[in-house]
Amino acid sequence: MSSDIHALSGAYAVDALDDVERAEFERHLATCEACRAEVDGLREAAASLSELSDTPAPPSLRSSVLAGITTVRPLGPVAEGAAAHAAGGSPEEVADPVEQPVSLADRRARRTRRWAAGIAAAAAVAVLGGGTAVWHPWDRGTTTVVSVADRVIHAPDARHDGQRLPNGGSVTVYRSASVGRAVVVAHDMPPAPDGKVYELWFQDDAGAMHPAGLMAGGADTTVTLKGGYRTARGAGITVEPAGGSPVPTSTPIALISFT
Amino acid sequence: MVDHLRSVPDDAPEPGATAGDDLAELLKRSARGDEAAFARLYDATSAKVYGLALRVLRSPAQAEEVAQEAYLEIWRLAGRYEADRGSALAWMLTITHRRAVDRVRAAEASTRRDVSYEQHNRPVEHDVTAEAAHAALEARRVRVALEALTEVQREAVTLAYLGGYTHTEVASMLDLPVGTAKTRIRDGLIRLRDTMGVGAGR
Repeated sequence: MSSDIHALSGAYAVDALDDVERAEFERHLATCEACRAEVDGLREAAASLSELSDTPAPPSLRSSVLAGITTVRPLGPVAEGAAAHAAGGSPEEVADPVEQPVSLADRRARRTRRWAAGIAAAAAVAVLGGGTAVWHPWDRGTTTVVSVADRVIHAPDARHDGQRLPNGGSVTVYRSASVGRAVVVAHDMPPAPDGKVYELWFQDDAGAMHPAGLMAGGADTTVTLKGGYRTARGAGITVEPAGGSPVPTSTPIALISFT
Repeated sequence: MVDHLRSVPDDAPEPGATAGDDLAELLKRSARGDEAAFARLYDATSAKVYGLALRVLRSPAQAEEVAQEAYLEIWRLAGRYEADRGSALAWMLTITHRRAVDRVRAAEASTRRDVSYEQHNRPVEHDVTAEAAHAALEARRVRVALEALTEVQREAVTLAYLGGYTHTEVASMLDLPVGTAKTRIRDGLIRLRDTMGVGAGR
């Protein structure tokens, strides 16, 4: 599996992965320095191709950019170690270094910005993990994408499908094409057994399951699935060992087809 | 790592660009809120940032929007740029490219897909060559480097990067078995990297 993942570096470097693959690869990147280094180098190579697309920008762009920056506060650097942002940046910025909307005409939902997992994932490790070398998908699911969840659930084109759980409670999957994301809302979901977590999955047309994050269960839980859902035909939930699994190791407790 | 840094392109077409400007230094000053430094950064890179957005999106209006978004993000994140991971230009173009591609995917614009597919059915090399006609030595160096790639690698890389297509779409366009385009893209980029002598220092 890891060699397969590694082979995605080139497509990732040129943004040629679909959302699910992208999310999967970024999770890998967070723990694989070799891949980060390779992605850096391949991005450098790809960037050289921009020599072939040089086009003078319209003058209006210069004025709108230079006017725009006066209203945007530059983030502080990501400090080495646990003291990241002790002095700079609001807590919100620390928690979410990349999704703050810039003030722009484009009001469409924008996905979580991860400009370069090669760097940003490392930054996310430092910021979200408080300096520990572990990436906590949990943190992202609960603290940084709530607004995405709200946008999905309240989007005019939101659709939803639900299911009751075998041990009580229910889950509903919302998705919005305009936002490009899917959200799981669980009610009265029993907590995962000790040492286990609930893992979310997208199921593709071939029936294969792609990891889409973790969730805890509880009275009311809302989690945005990692990655876009457009290539998915459904979503599932399994019980997995703590930390999650790259592939399902148990029968799904819920498997919801997108109608 | 210094060998990652590329100096400001000597042939930067914008009049405001001065040959001595170091993009990484300008980014650093931008991170401290230096708007004049950012203006110089803009002048040195706007043809590349806008040009890349235009190349992917095809629509000048959308390219301008995306380029603006990208610059505001570059301004906001300038302090996060790490020189030892790559050149400032590559960092900026990574932000730009991701935004352009996100725009394409989010829009799911069938019109753009249709038009682009048509355009991409022309031989890619011709396309590349024609659009680079005004570019100077650096572009020539890139074209020469591209010639070191196999034809499939070259087309896969240019469709993915300059066309903004997913590897699945690239596979379909090039009649490759699903799953092999990503390998071609990677192999092509590795060869390009090694030929260009960029990013190989780690």
